[in-house]
Amino acid sequence: MINLTIDGKTISVSDGATVLEAARAAGIEIPTLCHDPRLKPYGGCRLCIVEIAGVPRPVTSCTTPATDGMTVTTSSERLFNLRRTVVELLLSDHPNDCMVCERAGDCSLQELAYFYGLRENRFWGERRRYPKQDMNPVIKRDMEKCVLCGKCVRVCDEVQGVGAIDLAYRGFGAKVCPPFEKDLDCEFCGQCVSICPTGALSGRMWAGKGRQKDVKETETVCPYCGCGCVLTLHTAGNRVIRVSSKVDTPNEGWLCPKGRFGYEFINRPDRLTTPLVRREKGGALEPASWDEALDLVAARLGAIKDAHGPDALGGLASARCTNEENYAFQKFFRAGIGTNNVDHCARY
Amino acid sequence: MSKEILVNVCMGTGGIAAGGVEVMEAFKAGFADAGMDASVEKHCAVHQVGCRGFCARDVLVDVAIDGNRATYQYIKPDMVPRIIEEHVKGGAPIAEWMVGDDYHSFHDRQVKVVLSDCGRINPEDIDEYISVDGYKAAARVLNEMSPADTVEAVKKSGLRGRGGAGFPTGVKWGFCAANKSDRKYIICNADEGDPGAFMDRSVIEGNPHAVIEGMTIGAYAIGADTGYVYIRAEYPLAVERLKKALADARAHGFLGQDIHGSGFNFDIKIKLGAGAFVCGEETALIASIEGERGMPRAKPPFPANKGLWGKPTVINNVETLANLPYIFRRGPEWFASLGSEKSKGTKVFALTGKIKNTGLIEVPMGIPLKEIIYDIGGGIEGDRLFKAVQTGGPSGGCITAEHIDLPVDYENLVKIGSMMGSGGMVVLDETDCMVNIAKFFLEFTQAESCGKCVPCRIGTKRLLEILTRITEGNGRPGDIELLLSLANDVKDASLCGLGMSAPNPVLSTIRYFRHEYEAHIHDKRCPAAVCRALITFMILDDKCKGCGVCLRACPAGAITGEKKKPHSIDRAKCVKCGACFDVCKFKAVLKE
Repeated sequence: MINLTIDGKTISVSDGATVLEAARAAGIEIPTLCHDPRLKPYGGCRLCIVEIAGVPRPVTSCTTPATDGMTVTTSSERLFNLRRTVVELLLSDHPNDCMVCERAGDCSLQELAYFYGLRENRFWGERRRYPKQDMNPVIKRDMEKCVLCGKCVRVCDEVQGVGAIDLAYRGFGAKVCPPFEKDLDCEFCGQCVSICPTGALSGRMWAGKGRQKDVKETETVCPYCGCGCVLTLHTAGNRVIRVSSKVDTPNEGWLCPKGRFGYEFINRPDRLTTPLVRREKGGALEPASWDEALDLVAARLGAIKDAHGPDALGGLASARCTNEENYAFQKFFRAGIGTNNVDHCARY
Repeated sequence: MSKEILVNVCMGTGGIAAGGVEVMEAFKAGFADAGMDASVEKHCAVHQVGCRGFCARDVLVDVAIDGNRATYQYIKPDMVPRIIEEHVKGGAPIAEWMVGDDYHSFHDRQVKVVLSDCGRINPEDIDEYISVDGYKAAARVLNEMSPADTVEAVKKSGLRGRGGAGFPTGVKWGFCAANKSDRKYIICNADEGDPGAFMDRSVIEGNPHAVIEGMTIGAYAIGADTGYVYIRAEYPLAVERLKKALADARAHGFLGQDIHGSGFNFDIKIKLGAGAFVCGEETALIASIEGERGMPRAKPPFPANKGLWGKPTVINNVETLANLPYIFRRGPEWFASLGSEKSKGTKVFALTGKIKNTGLIEVPMGIPLKEIIYDIGGGIEGDRLFKAVQTGGPSGGCITAEHIDLPVDYENLVKIGSMMGSGGMVVLDETDCMVNIAKFFLEFTQAESCGKCVPCRIGTKRLLEILTRITEGNGRPGDIELLLSLANDVKDASLCGLGMSAPNPVLSTIRYFRHEYEAHIHDKRCPAAVCRALITFMILDDKCKGCGVCLRACPAGAITGEKKKPHSIDRAKCVKCGACFDVCKFKAVLKE
C-alpha cells in the first residue's frame, strides 16, 4: 500500500495506482478529457494536471504513479488558470455550434466550457476546416469537433485490436483518420463512437432523432448472442433511436456492431409481432394468440412422445437466448420430455 | 621526386556543397596529367577529410609537402592546375589564395576535443582512426575496468548531455546500470533538428568511429548488448559513412561478439528518422524506433527504467558519445580541467547568422560570448551593430549586448532566459527584427509539434497568429500581455520539451526587446525595417543619379523617372520586395 496526501487528505492506495486514481478513490474530482480508466494513460489533454510538492512543473495526474509520502494539490489558482487556458484553446478551434450539435447536453467539452465560464475567448484564430464526406454507412465523422484526445485511436488499437485509425500530420494540422484519409472501412464496432467526448464521432442512424430532454433510457440485455451485454436503449416517443452501454456493466460499455447498430429491426413493419399457426395442411400461416400456439405445440409434442417415445423428440437451443433461458430449455427436455436429445447452436 | 605530398580536401557536407568532389577530381586528374601518379604513387596522396569547421571558406584544401602545410580557401576546380604547377611542382605556394590571419584566429581560440580528429583523418578509413589511438580507450575500458568504475569515471569527468538539457551523463548511466534486466539498450540520438545546427552531422561525417567507440563504452557501462543510432534520413553522407564505419568496426572485431577479446558482446543498428523534430525528444524517439508514431509520452517512467521495448535504455547525444573516447584516453581529470565550474569540457557550436566566419567551432565551456563572436567569429558581417545571439535554436532565447561578457555554460544561459540547446548559435544584427525572429522560430515549432497535447498544438499556433498580426501591422494593445500569459501557460502545461521550450523565443525577445514589440503595435513601425507591412521605400532626390538600375529591377513597375533625373516610387504599386534597395549603388533608396 502507498500512503499519500492529496489536498490535505491522507489516502491509501495499492501499488501501481496513479495520482488520478488515488484522488478519485478519495472522491476528489479532477477534470479530464483524454482519460478513460479502460485505456492506457495518455497525458494529452493536460486538464488533469496537479502540483506535487518538490516538483517545479505541474504534472498530469493520469500518468504519474502515486508514491509513498507524496503531497499533491489538485486545485489552486495556477492550476485553475492553466486548465481554463487549455479549454479556451480547445474552444478557439471548435465550431461551437452546440445549438445544432447531436452531443449537446452530453459533451465533455461543453461541460468544461460551462464550468470555466468561457463565453469570450482570447485566442480566436484559424479553425481547422475538414470536409464531412465520409461515405461509410454507420459512423458520422465531424473532425472539426475533434479535440485529439486520442481515445478513438486507442480503443481501436488497445481494446478492439483493429487499428483502423490513427493520428496523422503534425502540429495544428494533426488529425485522426483512416489510412491515406480514405473513407472509414472497418468493423464498425462503434467503440470509438461510444468513447468520443465531443460530437466528432456519432452514429449516422441516430442523427436528428431527438435531443437529450426527449430521450428515455431503458436498460436491457442484448438479444443477439449469449454474452449478455447490457444495453441502454434510448427511446424517443415509442421508437428506439439509439443504443449505448454504460461503463459499469459486465461488458464495460463495449458492444459489437450488431448490439450497437443492429436495432432498426425493432421498428420494421414486417417484424413478427404474434405467433403464426398453419391451421390446415397446405394452408397459409395465420396470426394466432400465444395460448393457441402453445397449446398446439404441447399437444403435438405429447402425441409424438406417446406414439414413439421421448427419444423421438429433440431440442436445439439458440445462442440468442440467455443463459437462464437455455438452462430452462434443457431442463424441459430432460425432465419434462425425458430425453437427452438437446443441443445448442453454439456447439457448431 | 621523393617528396611526400599530401593534399587534404574538405569533404564534409559543406565542402561537398561548395564543390569538394570536383576539386578532388581536379587534383587527381592534374596529378595524372603531370605523370605524377605512377612515379610518386606512395608519396602523393589526395585525401578526403571530414568537416574542418570553417564552412564559409569552403572548399578548403591543405597542401603539405614533406610536412610543410599550406591551407587554401575558396578553391574551385579551375584553380587546381595552378596549385599543382606552382606549388606542388614549383615549390612556391600561391599566397593570394591562402588563408589569412582570420583563418588562424578562427582556429586559435578553439579547443578541440570532439572535433580534434575531424578534418585530419579520413572518416572512411578505420586505419586512420586507429592510427590516432582510436578504439584504444574502448579496449582498455572493456578489458581493465569494471562497468561500475566506468560509470564513476564519467561522473568524475563532469560530462553533461550535449543534446541541450545538460543532464550529467554519468548519473544517467548510473540509473540505467542499477536496473536489473535481461536486455538493455543504448541509443545515440542523431536526430539533429534545430534550424541552423549541424554539429552532430559534422561529427558523424568527420569521425564516425569516435561515436561507435563512445557507444561501446556506454553499452559496457550500463550492460547493453544492442545499440541504435537514430539518425535523420536527410543526412545521407553521415548515414553512408556511419554504415561503412560500422561494417569496418565489425570486420576489425570492435563490434560484435567478444569485442577486443573482453568477452563483451555489442552491436549497433541504424534507424533512419523521417525528419520529425519532435523525434529528438527521447520518448518520441523510442516510439519511433518501435514503429509507432513519434509522439512523446509522460515521464516517469524514465527511459533509464523503462525505455525501448520497455527495457532500461540510455539515450545520449552524438557529441556526448564522441567525447567519451577522449575522456578515457586522457583521463576524466583532464576533461574536468576544461570548462567552467559546473560545465566541464568543450562545446561544439554551429555559428551562423550575421557573422563573418560562419562554421563549426569547438570552445571550452565558460568562454565569454564576446570571444566567440569577435575573435572566432570575426565580428558582425559588414561591421554592423551586434544585436543578439540566439542560442538553443527554436527552444532557446536571445542573448543581448548587455550579456556579451557572459561565460557560456549551462547555468548562465538558463539564468538569462536562454539555454545551451544542442549548439546552434545564430548571430543577429541591427537589421534583424526581433518580433520577426520570434515568429520565425514559432513557425518552426508550431509546424513540428506532434499534436498530442493541447497547449503545444493550439497554443503555439495562437502565439504564432498573434506574432504574425503584430508583424503585419495589426497588433492590438494588450497583445504583449496576451503573448506573455499564453507563452507561460504553454510552457507550464505542455507535455514534452518541445512545448515547454517553444515559447522561449517569445518570452526572451519580449524580455529584452519589448520596445520593438511596442513600436510594431502602437507606432505601426518596424525599427529594424524588416516587416514588410510596416515599411515604406522611397528614393532620396539628392542621392539618386537617375541610373535606372532600380527601375529595371522593380518587378511591379512602381518606379518611374527620366534618365539622369531622380526617380520616384509609386507607393500604391510598390510590393515592398526590396529589390530597388538591394541594387542601388548610391544608397539613394531609403527603407524605413
